[in-house]
Amino acid sequence: MPAFVTELSDWVFPGVIAGVVTLGLLRRIPIYEAFIDGAKEGFTTTLDILPHLIGMLIAVQMVQASGLMAWLIDISAPFFQMLAVPADVVPLALLRPLSGAASSAVMLSIFAAHGPDSWLGRLASIMQGSTDTTLYILAVYFGAVGIRRYRYALWVGLFADAAGLTAAFIVHRLFFGPPA
Amino acid sequence: MIHRIWGGMIALSFIFAAFTGRMEALSSAVFDGAEQAVQVALMLLAFIAFWLGILRIAEAAGLLRALARALSPLVRLLFPDIPKGHPAEGYILSNMSANFFGLGNAATPLGIKAMKELQKLNDRPERASRPMITLLALNTASITLVPSTVIGYRAAYGSADPAEIIVPAIIASFAGTIVALFIDRLFQRRSRDDADRGG
Repeated sequence: MPAFVTELSDWVFPGVIAGVVTLGLLRRIPIYEAFIDGAKEGFTTTLDILPHLIGMLIAVQMVQASGLMAWLIDISAPFFQMLAVPADVVPLALLRPLSGAASSAVMLSIFAAHGPDSWLGRLASIMQGSTDTTLYILAVYFGAVGIRRYRYALWVGLFADAAGLTAAFIVHRLFFGPPA
Repeated sequence: MIHRIWGGMIALSFIFAAFTGRMEALSSAVFDGAEQAVQVALMLLAFIAFWLGILRIAEAAGLLRALARALSPLVRLLFPDIPKGHPAEGYILSNMSANFFGLGNAATPLGIKAMKELQKLNDRPERASRPMITLLALNTASITLVPSTVIGYRAAYGSADPAEIIVPAIIASFAGTIVALFIDRLFQRRSRDDADRGG
């Protein structure tokens, strides 16, 4: 089934585009004008988002470069150890909500050290694949419409990450068993 | 709240760098971050412009309305605050479908479009509304049929079966999404009084 699924995902992207355009043609819509109109909106939207992205990514980079992140990872290690989470994936769990690039780098270093098919490699893959970068999504989605007051959004996002990562950890055990 | 978090991240980083002697790394981090943001925005511009163009055609062809009609019960369940038949329904569903089918670069533009529709329903435009936060929760938990980036990396590192993590990842993200929606509802209930008072 997995091979079929990856094959399917290659078809989805061109399939959606061809399908929408063909339907537009059949319905006699001025599709080219419609496309240009819609695409124009992309510029203003991106400009609205950019300041939020700059602010967030600078703060995230500073937290990593200053050693603050490394310290957080260190002090939380005993807590994760208590939960039987291997030390190698702790940075991945803590970085995942902040930066997709950083958590992906942790995953790749695990791949390089242990291989993608190792117990740790699979765990890292599932953790990385089952949640998204909350801070980025907040900055982009709320930035685009000028929301300044997030209310409880950040908490919901972080709880969602924690839930996704916990689920990843449990499902990994169910599929691939305890560490060898 | 965002002010305190953002300010805290920057102030604490400065203090930490001062004690660990990483001031030089910290100052280059500022420009790295800004540069990264511009690169990400450029990539986003490409995706957003393209997908909003396609979306406009889909909208004119009546596809979004058809999608909303077919899956309306799902939207009603997840977003009780949205009036029935509102255009936000179609955008939210297209955002969810794009996430599900692994069209990550389409999901963001469609989600932004959904946010813009929700903003029209929002009586206080600087403040996140309840359906906006639910949409955010759905996107951070991100149920996806094919985590294509991870599969790509696994293949690049010589995995014998790069796609073997698909099923566990679907189960994990599905479980995560259910929990996220549940937590969202809990927060909604807690903040209802607060919303009525205008806080």
